[in-house]
Amino acid sequence: MELAIAWGAVWRRSLQLRVVISTLALSTAVVLVLGFVIQTQIAGNILQAKLDDAQNQIESGAALLERELASVDPNREGAQGELNNALDRLTNSSDASGTPAAGAFRAVLATTAIGANSSVAAGPLEDVPSDLRQSVADGARAVRYGTVDSQGVDVPALMIGQPVRTANGDLEFYLLFPLDSEQRTLGLVQSTLIVGGLVLLLLLAGIASIITRQVVRPVRRAAEIAERFADGHLDERLPVQGEDELARLGESYNEMAGSIQEQIRQLEEFGALQRRFTSDVSHELRTPLTTVRMAADVLYASREELLPALRRSSELLVTELDRFEALLGDLLEISRLDAGVAELGAERTDMHTVVVRAVEHVRGLADETGTPLELELPTGIYADVDPRRVERIVRNLVANAIDHSEAKPVQVVLAADEHAVAVLVRDHGVGLRPGEASLVFNRFWRAEESRARRSGGTGLGLSIAVEDARLHGGWLQAWGVPGEGAVFRLTLPLNEGDVLESSPLPLGPEPDTARRVGTSVPTPPLGFAPVGDGVPAGGAR
Amino acid sequence: MKSRVLVVDDDPALAEMLTIVLRGEGFDTAVVGDGTRALPAVRELRPDVVLLDLMLPGMNGIDVCRAIRTESGVPIVMLTAKSDTVDIVLGLESGADDYVVKPFKPKELIARIRARVRRTETEPAEQLAIGDVTIDVPAHQVARAGEPIALTPLEFDLLVALARKPRQVFTREVLLEQVWGYRHAADTRLVNVHVQRLRSKVERDPEHPEVVLTVRGVGYKAGPP
Repeated sequence: MELAIAWGAVWRRSLQLRVVISTLALSTAVVLVLGFVIQTQIAGNILQAKLDDAQNQIESGAALLERELASVDPNREGAQGELNNALDRLTNSSDASGTPAAGAFRAVLATTAIGANSSVAAGPLEDVPSDLRQSVADGARAVRYGTVDSQGVDVPALMIGQPVRTANGDLEFYLLFPLDSEQRTLGLVQSTLIVGGLVLLLLLAGIASIITRQVVRPVRRAAEIAERFADGHLDERLPVQGEDELARLGESYNEMAGSIQEQIRQLEEFGALQRRFTSDVSHELRTPLTTVRMAADVLYASREELLPALRRSSELLVTELDRFEALLGDLLEISRLDAGVAELGAERTDMHTVVVRAVEHVRGLADETGTPLELELPTGIYADVDPRRVERIVRNLVANAIDHSEAKPVQVVLAADEHAVAVLVRDHGVGLRPGEASLVFNRFWRAEESRARRSGGTGLGLSIAVEDARLHGGWLQAWGVPGEGAVFRLTLPLNEGDVLESSPLPLGPEPDTARRVGTSVPTPPLGFAPVGDGVPAGGAR
Repeated sequence: MKSRVLVVDDDPALAEMLTIVLRGEGFDTAVVGDGTRALPAVRELRPDVVLLDLMLPGMNGIDVCRAIRTESGVPIVMLTAKSDTVDIVLGLESGADDYVVKPFKPKELIARIRARVRRTETEPAEQLAIGDVTIDVPAHQVARAGEPIALTPLEFDLLVALARKPRQVFTREVLLEQVWGYRHAADTRLVNVHVQRLRSKVERDPEHPEVVLTVRGVGYKAGPP
């Protein structure tokens, strides 16, 4: 069974094998038919020639015997000796005239007395079949194929018989031609045909194999090159030799590869240019922004001495500068992540400390909006992560949850298993609507109804968080139901470089919530996807 | 006596603003707009803190930093527009004690500068030792087996903080607060880089430290006295 499957796989994969085997099968059929026809033809010709010669022989023999035995009375005593003598002479005369054309033969003479005990015969009459004797007794020349005994072995023979007239009645005259030499000849022809056929088949298979190879080898090479090209080795080209079809294939392939490479290069250049521009702008803006920031702070510090309108202006100036600064920082960060120059400063990190730090950072925001924070943060969980990035992710998630919680409790849960650590942030606010699933991590994406953004989010926070998670080889996933709230789950491998397979925390409704709304299976109703495999994380907000 | 701050920055507006803010906070300031003039200014003015912009014409900030370190342990605070790990680590490794990323708030900058000049307080006579390394705290002198070791003030503070509590393990966060004066959590790379610099000066074999030991997953502690 396995062999059959393996064979099937080889059959499907190897053009060369298929061509060779097809050639072999077809040429076997042709060789078989051809061999059969040739053999039949040769055998027929040999037998026909033998028959012609045999007839000539018996005619001349009969004429001789008729002269010699004209006076012999077969029924008389001593006829036996006469018959023997006559046969001897016949044989000798044939020998005297050289080898007879019909080859070696044995002659038989017998009196026509079938069934009579007194029959007199010379030569091996017992080899002559009775139906032949019957035909000869009826007075006609007859031909039969049969077997004769030759030194204890039965050999096929051509038997020809004819009546010979004598004065006192007819004698039966037979000539038996053993066909052993013809059989040998035919055997030789047959074995020659078989050997020749086999050699021919092998040659054909070899030729087919060589010819197919000539075609298949460049095709295989092309396939290898194409695979390497697809793997990102954009400089791979097919070697082109000559001007045949394969060379044309190679040229077209190379042209295609060249134009693809050129386009990719242009796109990369364009992308790099764009990223560098974003990065340069962010950098160049920083020095004047610093000056403005300091100037604004100096004004703000002495706002008590200013007129009310000026005082308010200085306040607005400072808060808006904060936003501007945050946006600039996020832009720079995302351009760095896009450019792939962001480094993962992974170290053994106490996850509890990191999450607590992130939560403390946004506690002011929670207090402002009156949002209770429910923390479930066990200690003693360590992971190889970049603490700054993880803190930033959690900070973004919690700030986002507070923003959309409508003052209902926000839960932050930390958990780990042998392979991964997860941080889950759950709010019970407006939740996510269908269709927003794929949008939540998009840059500058906002939910349609504009709500108060207390954290002054830049619109880049979740996008950066996704990239940070991806940098760790982790997942950032979202789930939510309108009116029920939303869940964001960050899952990171405990050890740097490990591949995530599952998360220690379920993403979906709370167990008690599920019971309340009658959902028995906590299947996320909205699409979500792991971040780690290159698919943008789904979910919505 | 007012602390002197040398501002090395090529952007005149920012340099002027820095001067206004620093004077408002009671510092004396001097400004040079060119990297090549930074070292002569350090020699001449003997500032208490150097505020050094990393992006400078003439001579870049990293090289200026190295040049100053060859002859002075004056505290250096970098101003950088880049928060890339490489740039900051490079700056710290070239000898800067601390950094602020543009755009910074004036209070943040002042806090960083004050943290670097606060060491002028008088300290009680105190002798500490880790292994064969002896520390004379009031004299600001460190020696191993009688051989004096030149440390920058920051490296000295770091070593003293560890040596004062020989059995205690210090997390990076605690060291940031005690040595750098950060009230809330900051960049722990500061600690890593300066521990490396300190080790390269006080350890026999920095690959196998005996004076400043790493406690994996937690932080650092002093070696046995």
